[in-house]
Amino acid sequence: MTTCVDFINTLSPCLVRAGWNADLANLLSLLLGVVIVATVPLLTVILLIWIERKFAARIQDRIGPNRVGPYGLLQSLADALKMLTKEDITPSGADRILFNLAPIITFATVVLIWAIVPFTPLHIGADLSIGILYFVAVGSIGAVKVMIGGWSSNNKYALLGAFRTIALIVSYEVPMILALLVPVLMAGSMGMQDLTHAQGGMWFIVMSPLAAIIFFVANLAETGRSPFDLLEAESELIAGYNIEYSGFKFGMFMAGEFMHVFTVAVLTAVLFLGGWWGPFVDQFPALGFIWLGLKTAVVYLFMLLIRNTVPRFRIDQVMNINWKFMVPLSIVLILLQSFLLRLIDALGLRPAPELANDLLANLPQTLVLLAGNLVLGAIFMHLLQRHGRTLREADEALATVKGEAAPAGGMAEA
Amino acid sequence: MIELNAQTIAFAILSVLVLGGGLGVVTTRNLVHGALWLVLSLLGVAGYFVLLSAPFLAAVQVLVYIGAIAILIVFAVMLTRSMTSLGEVRNRQWWLSAITVILLFLLLAVGIILPVWGRGAPGEVTSLSATVGGAAELGAALVDGNGFVLPFEVASILLTAAMIGAIVVARDEEDEQA
Repeated sequence: MTTCVDFINTLSPCLVRAGWNADLANLLSLLLGVVIVATVPLLTVILLIWIERKFAARIQDRIGPNRVGPYGLLQSLADALKMLTKEDITPSGADRILFNLAPIITFATVVLIWAIVPFTPLHIGADLSIGILYFVAVGSIGAVKVMIGGWSSNNKYALLGAFRTIALIVSYEVPMILALLVPVLMAGSMGMQDLTHAQGGMWFIVMSPLAAIIFFVANLAETGRSPFDLLEAESELIAGYNIEYSGFKFGMFMAGEFMHVFTVAVLTAVLFLGGWWGPFVDQFPALGFIWLGLKTAVVYLFMLLIRNTVPRFRIDQVMNINWKFMVPLSIVLILLQSFLLRLIDALGLRPAPELANDLLANLPQTLVLLAGNLVLGAIFMHLLQRHGRTLREADEALATVKGEAAPAGGMAEA
Repeated sequence: MIELNAQTIAFAILSVLVLGGGLGVVTTRNLVHGALWLVLSLLGVAGYFVLLSAPFLAAVQVLVYIGAIAILIVFAVMLTRSMTSLGEVRNRQWWLSAITVILLFLLLAVGIILPVWGRGAPGEVTSLSATVGGAAELGAALVDGNGFVLPFEVASILLTAAMIGAIVVARDEEDEQA
């Protein structure tokens, strides 16, 4: 049992000292934690939708929401109210129970992930020893909700959309899980707090940039945002598996999607950008919340930038990138990373436990791992380049045979 | 006498999930519903693992059985849409499967109850094994020569063979010419 320091960092022991019943103090502390973990991300998302729309608008040379409230800040609230007051339609022939269940599962699975996000050294919903695996397990329920939503709508387009979505989710789960193994290897633990603590000397993104990139890209695909938005393709395919949903149920799907993006940003920050580590965290643990927020914001804005500037992939390109590039790369990366970690141990380059959070002591092993990653990345890029050239030459040869000019830019496929 | 505490209540709720889900699987006429009842039942089993302080197994249970196998079943069912509402019984072998199920149940029940039968006084907790292992011990046991390395490798080969088989079956003949 921890001892009371102050009310922000150690609530329940402090309540006990103030004369509370121990069980009651624990219950209140847990209840408060659950309420905060479940509502703060949700409320943040309302603001994030505004940021996203403003960001997209600026890129597309528009102003974006600017009517409701100062700078259009209340636009998302107005949209939420609109969703709430719309007619709630259940299509005829739909499976009513499952149809209503799908949005709830969508939302619940995203909120559940927040239980393992370490906000500060002392604040975490549940510091499970299998934190990472919990994230993967909860994420895998995501496919169930797509299936339920697509099937119960009694609409063949929704069902087709569900198939496409699941094909993408299931495929990209493979490199994502493999990439997650790299931080686990380096930290020697699957707990989220242990993973963050292990980054005290050096962030994992420096020690294994390839793993960070694979994790990030695979998660972009999982969220179904551009350039992987071929599942929704708003202008062509309408919506995909949630085509029949309207009103508040559609709103839940949308909010769930936005929250998923935000959650991915947080997890990238925790796993690769050092989580709550930052100056003065040792003295004021609560400061970690702000550092984590800043890192999350950087990742989130980067995702918005990608969403608004990169064109959409075709379905065959998406599958090719995954199975022929990212999966082999991540498998080789794990082998390389575990070999290098053994090598570091053998050469005695690993910093002593008391120097684990020292930047200089971490430098030797970081350089070895970074060099390994860069070499592997260079090899794979070279292979990719050669493959692209072969495809282009084949295209050009075909074009000459047909007596046409070679298509501008070629048809390079990754 | 069974003590009534949070753990017992959780166990009761999970048992309702597992048994209710199982009952749903065998009584529903709709195959998609059946698959989803199965998901509910498997989720209850994951809850059992949490109660047994085996969070790793719980996460793997959700990941493998719900994230992979249940999805596979639902996929297979959905690709045969006419099967989603079964009108009549398709074959007459129900009695054969009933006998198999009863025998399997008896085998499992005897296998579980026999080792602990008559051990310890009523109300006293008897543990089946003295070792309590986490994910690290499980991982080490899977690749240990004295542990489970052989079954582990056999399972790996089986899965690889299944994967190659799936690729061969799914492959189009036109692919060869293109």
